[in-house]
Amino acid sequence: MIEEQNVIKVGMADLNVGSEESLVRTTGLGSCVGVTLFDPGKKLAGMAHVMLPSSEIAREGQMNIAKFADTALPELLSRLLALGAVRSRLVAKMAGGSQMFAFAGGSDTMRIGPRNVESCKLALEALNIPLIAEDTGGNFGRTIEIACNTGILYIRSVQKGTKEI
Amino acid sequence: MDVLKEVGNIGAGNAATALSQLLGKPIDMAVPKVQLLNFEEITDKVGGAEELVYAVFLRVEGEAPGNLFFILTPEAAINLLSRIAGIELTGNGELGEMELSALNEIGNILAGSYLSSLADFTSLSMYPTVPALAMDMAGAILSYGLLQFGQMGDDALLIDTTFLEGHNEIEGQFFLIPDPESFPKIFKALGVPFDND
Repeated sequence: MIEEQNVIKVGMADLNVGSEESLVRTTGLGSCVGVTLFDPGKKLAGMAHVMLPSSEIAREGQMNIAKFADTALPELLSRLLALGAVRSRLVAKMAGGSQMFAFAGGSDTMRIGPRNVESCKLALEALNIPLIAEDTGGNFGRTIEIACNTGILYIRSVQKGTKEI
Repeated sequence: MDVLKEVGNIGAGNAATALSQLLGKPIDMAVPKVQLLNFEEITDKVGGAEELVYAVFLRVEGEAPGNLFFILTPEAAINLLSRIAGIELTGNGELGEMELSALNEIGNILAGSYLSSLADFTSLSMYPTVPALAMDMAGAILSYGLLQFGQMGDDALLIDTTFLEGHNEIEGQFFLIPDPESFPKIFKALGVPFDND
């Protein structure tokens, strides 16, 4: 969390990769899930800010593949492999997927956070990448950043302060 | 777009009146902005994804569903509470259960007033769900209102109204994000041909 380090930003429904001394950061995750992949050998890391569980519900013409769990993670993987990441070394961490507002009953939209988390896990399983740490659920927002040299995921929230996984 | 602005204007006018009555002092309202913005730009409207805000959220149900947020900065929330309820907040500015409950109810009254005037004007049934309050990062809160749009693209239609009390102090903002399928209904109700302008 040294501010001088090169910070690579990931917007909502976006993904990006970084190497060596850089940090990859996304801000204000609510029901969205930030999934990171890390290659400790090459010191490469990538992050996707996943908004929705599945591209099957997409109705857009030009689909933004970074938005959906099932399309964002394969894309993130191929971006890292293109930079020289070794697939068998990759490990995943994730954070987010909260329920910002509590309602009695609640439609599917209300449960989108937990569904995003589930879909990201399924997508990682399909890619055969182990999930080694997560900080998901709750009812609060998170800002997360991964250090590309260590793979440490820093998680900042209003209610809980900062933690590392 | 002008039609939607007018719709926002009428809703906000009623809400401003309700707020004036609550506070016992005149409240001005900026002309609403109706814009098609990408997701990042929407959170920038409240100072960025990490900016701390209080938000009362109501899901709008009925013929023209959507998401309605009443957003306040922490300072504005404290101002509002101390003026209405005469609550002087102590310590670090954290709001207790009573204060939060009061804020939720104020948001509920204003949002209800906003919504009922929109419903009258468009003759569309629009009714709010039970309000929910959160204090958190703006990005985390607003992204919740963008999920329906997320299935369609990366832009959302935002009707944004800012309230002013006295000087140029921002007291609060209404963000109405109608569901994508609601626009044709709103336009049709107003007798305007629907296009994507």
